[in-house]
Amino acid sequence: MAQENLLFSKDHEWLRLEGNLAVVGVTDYAQHELGDVVYVDLPAVGKELKKGDPAANIESVKAVSDVFAPVSGRITEVNQNLNGTPELVNQEPFAGGWIFKIDMTQASELQELMDGKKYEEYLKGIAGE
Amino acid sequence: MRYLPLTDVERGEIKKTIGISDIKELFSCIPEGECYPSLAGIPSALSEPELIATFRELGRKNRFADHLSFMGAGACSHFIPEAVSYLSGKGEFLTPYTPYQPEVSQGSLQAIFEYQTMMTMLTGLDVANASLYDGATAAAEAVLLAVRRSGRSRVLLAANLHPEYAAVIRTYVQNLPIELLTVASNETSGRVDDLDLRARLDEATAAVVFQSPNFLGVVEDGRAIAAAAHERKAYAVQVVAEAMSLAYLTPPGECGADIAAGEAQSFGLSLGFGGPYLGFMAAREEFLRQMPGRLVGQTVDLDGKRGYVLTLSTREQHIKREKATSNICSNEAWCAMRAGMYLAVMGKTGLARAAETCHLNAAYFAAAAAELKPVAVVYPANFYNEVLIEVTKGPAADFHAALKKKGILAGVPLSWFDVKQKNRLLLAFSEVHDRQAIDRLLAAMGECA
Amino acid sequence: MTALPKLIFDLSREGKLGCGLKGADVPAKPVIAASCRRDGIADFPEVSEVEIVRHYMALARLNYSVDAGFYPLGSCTMKYNPKINEKLAAADEFQAHPYAPHDLVQGNLEIMARLEEWLIALTGMAGFTLAPAAGAHGEFTGMLIIRKYLQEKGDARKVVLIPDSAHGTNPASAHFAGYEVREIPSNARGIIGIEELRAHLTPDVAALMMTNPNTLGIFESNIISIAEALHANGSLLYMDGANLNALLGIVRPGDLGVDVMHINLHKTFATPHGGGGPGSGPVGVAARLLPFLPVPRVRKNKDRYEVEYDDPHSIGRVKNFYGQFLVMIRALAYLLALGRENVRRVAEDAVLNANYIRKKLEGKLDLPYATPTLHEVVFSDQGLPVKTLDIAKRLLDYGFHPFTIYFPLIVHGAMMIEPTETESKETLDEFITVMDTILGEARENPDLLRQAPTQTPVRRLDETLAARKPVLKWSRGENR
Repeated sequence: MAQENLLFSKDHEWLRLEGNLAVVGVTDYAQHELGDVVYVDLPAVGKELKKGDPAANIESVKAVSDVFAPVSGRITEVNQNLNGTPELVNQEPFAGGWIFKIDMTQASELQELMDGKKYEEYLKGIAGE
Repeated sequence: MRYLPLTDVERGEIKKTIGISDIKELFSCIPEGECYPSLAGIPSALSEPELIATFRELGRKNRFADHLSFMGAGACSHFIPEAVSYLSGKGEFLTPYTPYQPEVSQGSLQAIFEYQTMMTMLTGLDVANASLYDGATAAAEAVLLAVRRSGRSRVLLAANLHPEYAAVIRTYVQNLPIELLTVASNETSGRVDDLDLRARLDEATAAVVFQSPNFLGVVEDGRAIAAAAHERKAYAVQVVAEAMSLAYLTPPGECGADIAAGEAQSFGLSLGFGGPYLGFMAAREEFLRQMPGRLVGQTVDLDGKRGYVLTLSTREQHIKREKATSNICSNEAWCAMRAGMYLAVMGKTGLARAAETCHLNAAYFAAAAAELKPVAVVYPANFYNEVLIEVTKGPAADFHAALKKKGILAGVPLSWFDVKQKNRLLLAFSEVHDRQAIDRLLAAMGECA
Repeated sequence: MTALPKLIFDLSREGKLGCGLKGADVPAKPVIAASCRRDGIADFPEVSEVEIVRHYMALARLNYSVDAGFYPLGSCTMKYNPKINEKLAAADEFQAHPYAPHDLVQGNLEIMARLEEWLIALTGMAGFTLAPAAGAHGEFTGMLIIRKYLQEKGDARKVVLIPDSAHGTNPASAHFAGYEVREIPSNARGIIGIEELRAHLTPDVAALMMTNPNTLGIFESNIISIAEALHANGSLLYMDGANLNALLGIVRPGDLGVDVMHINLHKTFATPHGGGGPGSGPVGVAARLLPFLPVPRVRKNKDRYEVEYDDPHSIGRVKNFYGQFLVMIRALAYLLALGRENVRRVAEDAVLNANYIRKKLEGKLDLPYATPTLHEVVFSDQGLPVKTLDIAKRLLDYGFHPFTIYFPLIVHGAMMIEPTETESKETLDEFITVMDTILGEARENPDLLRQAPTQTPVRRLDETLAARKPVLKWSRGENR
């Protein structure tokens, strides 16, 4: 179920604001589609990204998925816990499974993301296909 | 026909089930004008005895076996214990597919796991893959790996890399944003020139790629090269064309190499006129997720039993497609299993014994050749199993031809690779040679003054 | 259930010897300083020959193989590997050093030349390189040839079109050749539509990589008009020949407009798969592309065979030495044994067998495309109470190797079945009976499938663990 206070992208990333920082992870739907996560390729701290750029990479046994930057900015922190415990993405996709934090350069881009309700509808739409 | 089990009656039954009367109906999708072309030019079928006779005839046209050979330069004859041929020839190892259904492939998987382990022991590095095509393509893949991992695009290639390896590396990078520069060889030592290396190393260098023992037979100072590379945060890639050297010399990992790649034909594969051979790659732990090729990993099954699977497959083409670490799919798996069998049979003692014999035979030759008038040993103090000699009178190719008339293939003239190297000959010594064979070579050389 | 064999390292005991070699008999001392030599190989196995043979015999017992039974992997062409070919390939008279002077290896050079002649006759291409070591290597070589040809025409292009049904090696090979990959969707009939192609045919397209028949087993029947459209656009047609088994003696790709193609000797030409390799991937080209073939090339000059190493237009060398020579011997022997009388039979029987299976299973499994198929057929898991994986694992309990699963990607839960021509009707009927049984179990007692296999040396393996905590070698003291 989609969490309150979060924003969502069409690629199933979620975003939570911490001041001017955006904390980013992937949703429960995404982790379910991926299956058991075996490795997360984290971005370098300091990396500059534009909205939509591939930022990180999640590997399960049979698939690889890009995690895209939902907003533009600079990576300030990455979740090092994922190195030893990549399964956090499966177990706590919205909490301990967060992936990186971005210092946003274009806060207006937040308008382009979906809120919890819209994301739920979006998921229903996908299920209907 | 013996490979086609269907009888005409059965073909009839199948056609009836499918609902056709003529097989051609199944090919109606094929453009009619091009369907069923004439096969007139194709020879008639041979029975099994005729097949054997045909190949016997072809074999008779080969005359190389009449000669005592000291050829090396990337392929070397070593003794292959009979148990290796016997075991590798079993249908259970020869005829399965890639072990994608691990429950019925534990034999292949465990054999490759053991091979991977032995390659890490021999190279002194953390992880080895399940094979690449050959030494040359392994060297090329090592270049790509170093570039991928470092994020840098310039690669320094030592001048004394096997020319075919350098050629294949060039082919592989020709359309990629990778720059190749050559590091000069020091004439006196036959090794990578330290000054030139340091002059060329910079912050854009992804790796230094050197071969040891190199194409002149000389053992490089791997420690010095690795130290110089690491000072600039570049990788040291050691290419190995004669795998037997791994059992005798200080291993690449201990000398500071980050990646070792090369040819393992010497581990139980027959010369086979060049293939199939066995490319190997081993590297430090940090390269694990970027390595090309298959990897066999250990795990457990539902009952907690130890088992093996192909793992970290997300690096590979069937999952990552154009973002894969390599396009390799079929590899040299059977050759790797056979190499593993060879290494097991030879074992700690046997392998060390064979590896030492290769060097001592070369040393015996070099000492005696120093006394011969027609030749001079170019690097008498530094070689493993290949000795580079200079022919004092006339082109080395002519000297080689004269010895060939005496039934001896005295190595490989370097002019075959570089027309400027007119006077040099590279001879390889293996544990298949004995004192008598080397004495015969020396005597023949003395006669060809 | 049998206990699993120990690792060779666990059998090792100090002082055991497997090797029958004596040391050097020359009076010489090492020239290399002790500081440059290793002091033995720590932990390297010491096992007697007896125990080694038993060790590998035990491993052999754990393996399924073509020699043991049916192996219907789609697009792999797991046909029977003739035993005489093994003997011929191992014969001493062919084991020359690759640098042996050409006059001493005329037999070997003739073998290569004759294989090339056969491949030309069967495919209608103008010439072949035998150098590439596998299909993917051949694809890469083919892409380099196309690239160089266009560059020298002054018409370098950036993009290669690849259908969504393609094998993963296609886009990977194109990428390593420096191309950008653009995907074309297959149409409702499962093939590349000519209008769809035209829509993608921009001036920057260098080539289309087509597999024919494609990975659905369907013949790309628009191939002639596709080739024409490509050529009119200054682009080339590459054909992935992995499925050539359906076309031997039936049609020649060169006659259909193919410019470059690779062949898999370890598929169509019966050389053994060896648990993953070695393969061999010769590449054939149309006449105007001959100058770009890699070196070396074997040529006949009157009654002698010669080797060419320098060609100014060649893409260069793609491999050490000549190629997978001992694999070539097997392929030539296979072709000589088949002869003109049987070459066509191979394709006909392969297509008959595949269509027999299609007919027998199409009422019971979902067939995503109604289009006729040749040597292989792909079903989906639509409407099944279990996953494709579960059916595959249950097949193992009945002593069959499963078909290819989850490929091609465009079919959900794909089951790709290629029986090949070397299977008897009895085997096909047995397979169909077992599939019926399993599908019945899927309805009545699906847990039998989800828990499968239970009759194999190991049960389902934890691939997640293997990827999360990779253990890629034995080490002393390691305990799992």
